[in-house]
Amino acid sequence: MKHKTISYAKFGYLFILPFFIVYLFFQVYPLFYTFYLSTQSNGSQTTSSVGLDNFKIILSGTPIIDEAKTAENKANGDDTIAYKVQKRSSESTMKDFRRVLGNTFLLWIGNFIPQIIISLLLAAWFTDAYLKIKGKGFYKIVMYMPNIITAASVAALFVMLFSDSKLGAINSWLANHGYEVVPFVSGKTQSRVMIMIIQTWMWFGNTTIMLMSGIMGINPSLFEAANIDGASPRQQFFRITLPLLRPILLYTVVTSMIGGLQMYDMPALYNMGTSQNRYTETIAVYIFNNFHNSMAPNLGYSAAASVILFFITAILGAIAFRVNNEDGDQKVRKGNQALKIKLGGN
Amino acid sequence: MPEKTRSNSGMIMARTIAVTVVLVLLTIFALVPIWVLVVNATRSSVDITGKGVSLIPGLNFIENIKTLSSWTSEGKVEFNAFRGYINSGVISLCATGLTVLFSVMTAYGLVVYDFKLRKVAYTIIIAVMMVPVQVTSVGFYKFMLSIGLTDTYWPLIIPAIAAPAIVFFMRQSMKSTFPLEIVEAARIDGCGEYRTFFTIGIPMMKPAIAVQAIFAFVANWNNYYTPSMILISRKRTQLTLPMMVNTIVSNDKLADYGAKYLAIMLSIIPVVIVYFIFSKFIVEGVALGGVKE
Repeated sequence: MKHKTISYAKFGYLFILPFFIVYLFFQVYPLFYTFYLSTQSNGSQTTSSVGLDNFKIILSGTPIIDEAKTAENKANGDDTIAYKVQKRSSESTMKDFRRVLGNTFLLWIGNFIPQIIISLLLAAWFTDAYLKIKGKGFYKIVMYMPNIITAASVAALFVMLFSDSKLGAINSWLANHGYEVVPFVSGKTQSRVMIMIIQTWMWFGNTTIMLMSGIMGINPSLFEAANIDGASPRQQFFRITLPLLRPILLYTVVTSMIGGLQMYDMPALYNMGTSQNRYTETIAVYIFNNFHNSMAPNLGYSAAASVILFFITAILGAIAFRVNNEDGDQKVRKGNQALKIKLGGN
Repeated sequence: MPEKTRSNSGMIMARTIAVTVVLVLLTIFALVPIWVLVVNATRSSVDITGKGVSLIPGLNFIENIKTLSSWTSEGKVEFNAFRGYINSGVISLCATGLTVLFSVMTAYGLVVYDFKLRKVAYTIIIAVMMVPVQVTSVGFYKFMLSIGLTDTYWPLIIPAIAAPAIVFFMRQSMKSTFPLEIVEAARIDGCGEYRTFFTIGIPMMKPAIAVQAIFAFVANWNNYYTPSMILISRKRTQLTLPMMVNTIVSNDKLADYGAKYLAIMLSIIPVVIVYFIFSKFIVEGVALGGVKE
């Protein structure tokens, strides 16, 4: 009956067409435009081509020599001054970029470690069939709540509470009780630790729920067998849960890292007044502030930083994808093996 | 062995109590900042700056509302709760509607039809799922500037049509729950392809659509980055609620702290309400697959 088959392929294309048109227009084109802008000059809205100079400057601080100017200066007898000025500005740009990269990584790791420890513990407890915890649903709902609240409003709330002056709620309490006022918002360590705490507060519920669904995917008969064999909860956690959770943990680390690279709202808004705190300026804030400056936007540096961010994300994304697609059966088999070896060897 | 059982159940009791204590402490950790916000919105400025933190509500709530609305009516601040609700609401509702409609449509196209580029299209969608908005924002901003769409809501609404992550989840759930035979049956009955999609496809996907709609709405409401990038002129009438909150908090000239806390509280009320109505769906949705911002 082959000749009677009607091809519906056309409808497949029609159904996915709007997605791809909009995607092309609002994502793909801007992405290539960003790549293009990364080879353009800085300091004004109209740009000229500078090749790969922006990358050289932000990555290695190499001064870019303006040939014509150098020749002119040489003729005037002072060929070193222009070079020195250029070198100093290149180096400060590089230092700025390294600083924001360092900040980004520090803020991410500082919120990820406490978050993953709390979440692992909670996920293990919530899925432990032998614990008689009442109101699990309630705890989950309350702990997830900070994640749903507007990050910009959360930043505003914490700025109000922890404001450096005595007008901040916490500092006024400290001052009333005879303590020194602490610069929670502008101090180097203080502001970083505060952002780490706020980020942990916002994300631990989310990570808990993700890890829980991972643990619930583990074959329950493993836990039953371990229980019959008299394994303690600690042994079960370290020898069944953790090894079998490894792919999901890795996935969580990588996706959290991708999220961490995009951290914007909190570092951009947890500030005194409107000036950006240097110690909590992340790469996302750096990109935004460099291009969103109506007077003298540094489109080149901003775009170059975006391109670097793109490649870091692409590598991390590829890892996450591979981990996520690892064969399910293989995971279980590996886990069973690990279980046998570990429990047997005990 | 009754003895062993008893000691075991004793152990379990002790562990349960210890675990519950930690859970209660973490619950308090999660709730305290929000509670302090609510409390401070009801206290007078003098009380807040004089005594600092308190966990007991004050009696100044009405007074704070009056102060805040007087700031709004005198034009001292860009904060106007009513305006903010409308602006953020319009953007979030339009974007959410487009996101779920076109995501379910794209997923339907990928699941129901067999065509040459199906695999390629799906691979592209997965590949672009994790590209952060910051990576394209320089180009996006310059592009919008050049076609004159800055200071309008279009760049905040139209791109919502292409939401790769939501297409991905819709496709997953459609693959596992949607019977393809029903499409065949509809064809035999003479039902056109579009009609099948709208009268059978969408209604059958309702649960998945509901979950993704909630997430999309909250994400759009909470978005601060894109509106602050696109709404360059910061026109009073255009600001979204999170932007308004930022202008009121960073304004040093306004000294009434109770009213400032009230402004923050007003900005999160809608998401908190949405959360408490749909919390069960939301928690389940997060468990289904890493929903990250």
